Amino acid sequence: MNAQATEWIDIASLEDIPARGARMVKTREGCVAVFRTAADEVFALDNACPHKKGPLAEGIVHGASVTCPLHNWVISLETGEVQGPDDGQVATYPARVENGRILLDAAFLASRSAA
Amino acid sequence: MVEKLIVIGAGMATGRALEQLFKAGSDYEVTLFNAEPRGNYDRIMLSPVLAGDKTYEEIVIHDSAWYEEHGVTCRFGEKVVSVDREAKTVTAENGDVLKYDKLLLGTGSNPFMIPLPGHDLEGVITYRDLEDTQRMMSLGEGNKVVVIGGGLLGLEAAAGMAARGVDVTVVHIMGHLMERQLDEAAGYLLRKALVDKGITVLCQANSKEILGQDGHVKALLLDDGTELPCDLLVMAVGIRPNVALAQEAGLAIGKGIHVDDQMMTSDADILAVGECVEHNGALFGLVAPLYDQAKVVAKTLMGEEDTFVQKELSTKLKVTGCDLFSAGDFADGDGREDIVFRDPARGVYRRLVLEDNKVVGAVMYGDTADSGWFFGLIRDKTDISDMRETVIFGPAYQGGAPLDPLAAVAALPLDAEICGCNGICKGEIVEAIEAGAADLGAVRAVTKASGSCGTCTGLVEQVLATTLGDAFVLPGVESICGCTDLTHEDLRRIIKSQELKSMAAVWQECGWKTVDGCAKCRPALNFYLLADWPVDYLDDPQSRFINERKHANIQKDGTFSVVPRMWGGITNAGELRAIADAADKYNVPTVKVTGGQRIDLLGVKSEDLPAIWADLNKAGLVSGHAYAKGLRTVKTCVGTDHCRFGTQDSTGLGVKLEKALWGSWTPHKVKMAVSGCPRNCAEATCKDVGIVCVDSGYQIGVGGAAGMDLKEIEPLAQVATEEEALELTLAFVQLYREHAKYLDRPYKFIAKVGMDWVKERVVDDLAERRALVERFRLSQSIYQKDPWAEHAKEKAESYQPVANLTLEAAE
Repeated sequence: MNAQATEWIDIASLEDIPARGARMVKTREGCVAVFRTAADEVFALDNACPHKKGPLAEGIVHGASVTCPLHNWVISLETGEVQGPDDGQVATYPARVENGRILLDAAFLASRSAA
Repeated sequence: MVEKLIVIGAGMATGRALEQLFKAGSDYEVTLFNAEPRGNYDRIMLSPVLAGDKTYEEIVIHDSAWYEEHGVTCRFGEKVVSVDREAKTVTAENGDVLKYDKLLLGTGSNPFMIPLPGHDLEGVITYRDLEDTQRMMSLGEGNKVVVIGGGLLGLEAAAGMAARGVDVTVVHIMGHLMERQLDEAAGYLLRKALVDKGITVLCQANSKEILGQDGHVKALLLDDGTELPCDLLVMAVGIRPNVALAQEAGLAIGKGIHVDDQMMTSDADILAVGECVEHNGALFGLVAPLYDQAKVVAKTLMGEEDTFVQKELSTKLKVTGCDLFSAGDFADGDGREDIVFRDPARGVYRRLVLEDNKVVGAVMYGDTADSGWFFGLIRDKTDISDMRETVIFGPAYQGGAPLDPLAAVAALPLDAEICGCNGICKGEIVEAIEAGAADLGAVRAVTKASGSCGTCTGLVEQVLATTLGDAFVLPGVESICGCTDLTHEDLRRIIKSQELKSMAAVWQECGWKTVDGCAKCRPALNFYLLADWPVDYLDDPQSRFINERKHANIQKDGTFSVVPRMWGGITNAGELRAIADAADKYNVPTVKVTGGQRIDLLGVKSEDLPAIWADLNKAGLVSGHAYAKGLRTVKTCVGTDHCRFGTQDSTGLGVKLEKALWGSWTPHKVKMAVSGCPRNCAEATCKDVGIVCVDSGYQIGVGGAAGMDLKEIEPLAQVATEEEALELTLAFVQLYREHAKYLDRPYKFIAKVGMDWVKERVVDDLAERRALVERFRLSQSIYQKDPWAEHAKEKAESYQPVANLTLEAAE
């Protein structure tokens, strides 16, 4: 493997995630939610709301935000920051789309155990 | 070593103290006892709950999530029976003995019951907690109630019940209402307003005896011989600090539990706050000083210095929609002068009491907008000689300022108190606005101003207006969400009239402020579009809440519950076997019989949903839509099939209704029932649609509810045949689908449009009825399908993780 460049893992086809939707990726350290916005941007965040660990992948995606299905906390997909009157932070991971495939940063995903 | 803090009483004072404590980073291990079986709620708002303007959920201050988040051990519904100060323990009702390092008493107050003969009869209550409120809410038209006490609580109880159609009489011993807050003139105006609402008000009336029959209250007898018949008697004559526990523990008490400036009792490890305390000879009932005490007690518990100082108090109230304000001392006296302003046409009264050219008291009725300014004059002992001629008109008229109502607010100094409940002054609000809070909701979230009793909402809006200038638009009716200024009603009308048939069309034509809406407007919009354009619009799962997207109810741990449909509550051995097998196969931790006559499998993993559905499908079971804003269940009794009282085949009709209606989406959930006779075993009279069979046919009622609000159905029609019953039900549901606001249950919809309007369309106009039924059937031709079968077959893959990296990561 090429150790100098970022090691991107091919996760799935962009089409596997509905626009304004999300799917879950299982990792050894827990679940990551991969979101697709209406503009076909993708974002990867921990699949747990900082409030009560609600599964963010089940939330409603609007703009570049997701609303947690349990208690309606709104989280920015870009920064992982909780919006509005509530406070909190969700870990985010580098993600991109290339040739219709969704790629996640392997090094970053692996570092979850260290964090 | 973590210190243990035991708190007795989960009221507003201890609740605020805990908030302050956690905010300061306390690491106390907190155990909270409350005699009421619930946590902290906004007691001031019980009156709006009684009047039906708010629900209990809306007035909860701390929900279970909050207590959980802060690690508070809640022992609600449990009393503390004794305190052992030697051993530093408390003993709970069940005998548990708990150790404390610090003890905080917030035992509140007890409503005072006049020991009239008959005061212990059933149906004689006080007005203090949610149970009392619910008791009053259970009454309606045809009921008579007597309220003893013409103070704030009594009047709010009276007005709330009158709004529910109850025949209310208020009996007050003094010459005018609310004599402690109002002078006679204002008391008169208030009385007039109450009489206009249909309430009978008797002042200078002495109660003599409460009369009963079979142990239940029947009437109140006055000492002049008048007998006032009643089904319920509410005694609202005052409260007394609840000192029993403190007294028994040997703490120093007077009228209340004695506390010093640090809220410490005579025992240094025991503190007290709220209505139970006595500080420098004073007792406390208003929320503002209680919250001040809470701040101090939190500091004391954190080992920091702070001092509770009693402040000059003002009372700003809204009684039954009438604005009242009083402050200072407004009794007549030597050397005192009055300035009075009256505008009978507007029902406005304003009186200032002057002494040595200073305002010492003020009473306002009807228009209290300038109350903050007058309160400032009293508190600061301002010399008003220079503005004596115009002072009564308020701040806008001083120094030649323009006659702009907002100018009054603009003229307020920054330290003028706006929100009395939370002690928030104008400066804090302005600061929040300058930091970006641009509307009422934002200001409330940041400062808590107007978040308790809400009477200062208008003032906060005016501060917003004066601070933001043209950037602020005073809200009229509430818009759907921050994405648009349109209301639900506007939106529904535009979707129909402009024939908007996609989300994108709505966003564009209605000028949505966000790219693609939010979690509030999207589900509403999706429903409106699919209800109005079933053929043209394509349902958007991504705009649905997870339950409707995954056709199962999400639980707090992220698992789901699965409820198969049981038509009319009828099942058989084969179905039960399939359910049992599925419960075994998918390790279902909880199997529960629901209130809607079916079986709930709780705790199913998302990944297992398609497989469990496929298994259930094989036995002929389909989705019960227990997760849907749609038809839930049609509950039935066994009717003529088995019951010796049954008048019609209620089970058969229930099954037919469920078969016709299942799969339909509605603004909120819809529950139905059919009872075979007026004994009503299926509890049809509190359903969204309830049918009661009688010998001559079917009585159809709509708009029942048995949630936080309890409502009996209102009769829609009585019909002779099953076919007509079915037709009327479908027509009603379609009318509801086409016109109701998203998340309004039918009873709320009916309250808005009126039962007559519903009857005209569903019952009287046959052509309209048929057209409604036809539109419903058209929608059903598209939406009546089993989503479980469809998802198990076509979308099973989407319930699995899109990728599994557990192996790669391990390498």
